[in-house]
Amino acid sequence: MTEKNVPMREALRAALIEEMERDETVFVMGEEVGSWQGTHRVTRGLLEMFGERRVKDTPISELVIAGAAVGAAMAGLRPVAEIMTINFAFLSIDAIINHAAKVHYMFNGQFKVPLVIRAASGWGNQATATHSHTPEPIFAHFPGLYVACPSNAYDAKGMLKTAIRDDNPVLFTESIALYSKPSLIPDDEYLIPVGKSDVKRQGEHVTLVSYARGVEWSLEAAAMLAKEGIEAEVVDLRWLRPLDLEPVFESFKKTNRCVVVEESLPHFSFGSEIAAQLQEAAFDYMDAPIKRVSAMDVPLPYAKEIELMALPNAQKVVDAVKEIVY
Amino acid sequence: MATNTRSLDKVTLLDWYRQIVLIRQFENRCDELYHEKKITGVYLHLYSGHEAVGVGAVAALGEGDHVLTGYRDHGIALARGVDAKPLMAEMMGKRTGVSGGKGGSMHLASRAHNFWGGYAIVAGHLSLATGIAFKERYMGTENVVLCLMGDGATNNGYFHESLNLSAVWNLPVVWLIENNFIGMGTRIEDSSGQPELVKRAVAYGMKQGPRVDGQNVIEVHEAISEAVAYARKKGPVLVEALTYRYKGHGVSDKQYDAREDLKRELDDWQAHKDPINILKNQLLAGFDGIEAELAKIDTEVHEIVEESVRYAEASPVPTYEDLIRHIYVE
Repeated sequence: MTEKNVPMREALRAALIEEMERDETVFVMGEEVGSWQGTHRVTRGLLEMFGERRVKDTPISELVIAGAAVGAAMAGLRPVAEIMTINFAFLSIDAIINHAAKVHYMFNGQFKVPLVIRAASGWGNQATATHSHTPEPIFAHFPGLYVACPSNAYDAKGMLKTAIRDDNPVLFTESIALYSKPSLIPDDEYLIPVGKSDVKRQGEHVTLVSYARGVEWSLEAAAMLAKEGIEAEVVDLRWLRPLDLEPVFESFKKTNRCVVVEESLPHFSFGSEIAAQLQEAAFDYMDAPIKRVSAMDVPLPYAKEIELMALPNAQKVVDAVKEIVY
Repeated sequence: MATNTRSLDKVTLLDWYRQIVLIRQFENRCDELYHEKKITGVYLHLYSGHEAVGVGAVAALGEGDHVLTGYRDHGIALARGVDAKPLMAEMMGKRTGVSGGKGGSMHLASRAHNFWGGYAIVAGHLSLATGIAFKERYMGTENVVLCLMGDGATNNGYFHESLNLSAVWNLPVVWLIENNFIGMGTRIEDSSGQPELVKRAVAYGMKQGPRVDGQNVIEVHEAISEAVAYARKKGPVLVEALTYRYKGHGVSDKQYDAREDLKRELDDWQAHKDPINILKNQLLAGFDGIEAELAKIDTEVHEIVEESVRYAEASPVPTYEDLIRHIYVE
């Protein structure tokens, strides 16, 4: 089997092309997905390949982008709707939470919503307070919706293909900082199942739990710690819903220590949830407090120096680990 | 506007009469059951007063066409031919309800009837209508979506974004505003800069349909038939039907007890613009000796409604398995 080094945006693009070729009910819609070639270039060339019928540019109307995609999915299509950045998904949230996530249940299974909403997520580049959100955990709060948060190009491709084929609505977030980062991707088709986390690095001293971009910091931190003789196990959850914590519990029973690494905010957070579930499931195995590394509890400012101050990074993960590994 | 009954056959008109009376009696019975605490949900928005809009509009659709509405949805379900029994069972939160007792009064739907539901987030369903209509265009089929909404649904973002997208994508949607002049407790003049709501069509470059008398089922039917034909071949249309709600915003609405002006307004509509009386008078004027047939329908409908109540009362409640089922597609 041959494989190639492919950046995440190209891996995602390949997933879209493969699924559109495989299934005529799959179509792409969103702001600038067509003639602009995609704000993040994930939909580059799709308009030329599939035409205006299947690559639908929309007005700047995040609410109806999500809502119309829900309706089209209920009616039997498989929309892949792009919300240019997840910051704008706050304008779509009623369609996502009150409709996409609810109609299957509320009408007792009469309607399915095989929908994917893709949204670029994350901060950096001084995007400022309104354009720097990572609110994946907010969406993961609600039953009825899946939330996919890949950490690398390989996972992103397999997860997007699975999300498109699944009969449930999926919010699929793509870390902007990862778009250019490559993974080795096989030429042959592969799928990554819904709700399966993945141990990205083995280690016996501490468990690092993360998803999306946090996995990168965790792996970087693990490499730094290894130089000091501390071996970290890194669990990439990949999906915040369905949440697969079994590998976390297993790892924790071995390491007895855990640091949760998240790009998002600390208040009512992903880290809070993991810590709560860990102490319930594995209290007897706990040798130290569960630590959380997250963004600071502030709106993100413009100036680079203080923006970076507010954000997590590998060094902060290393520092947190050293507080509990002694 | 043709209100001449001779242009329509007697069978059709009697069918509409039956539907309108069915909705009225069904809603009156819901009202009673609510006050008897047999319907216990906090939200119960009755279609009484609006009947001619729903019946006339839905009658303009073919089987392959689609219907969606807001939370005042009982009448639309009945007009689309959904059986009264599972509808009443849904009111009572029974397992045999159209939505398995999980949706309630505001979330009735029947996929088999292409009735995509009542939706309780004001105007939320407009976006779904857009998506369902898009699917028809995508597949190259000619089915039309009829999307009903109250006047209160015309002022949030869903309305603007959905109507605009339907125009940009030229989707086969008939947008039908049931204007009863009041959204919950706020008058139309206090909520809309342009209270002639059908004029909003201009802003979207969309076909502006008529502003019809929503109490006259024949007028509604004619207007929506034209709109449906236009949507099927061309694109979206906006139509407004003027109507009035008889049972307030919902059954717990107390403002009619407290306000003389509202009470007078309601009395006036009931006395002079009642959809049952209007159709009855049209039938009496158009067809000799029809009284006995109308009386027979009244009696038959009464039995249908009572049967639905008996069915609902005898039905089982949902179980734990129902509680946890259908969160995801299994």
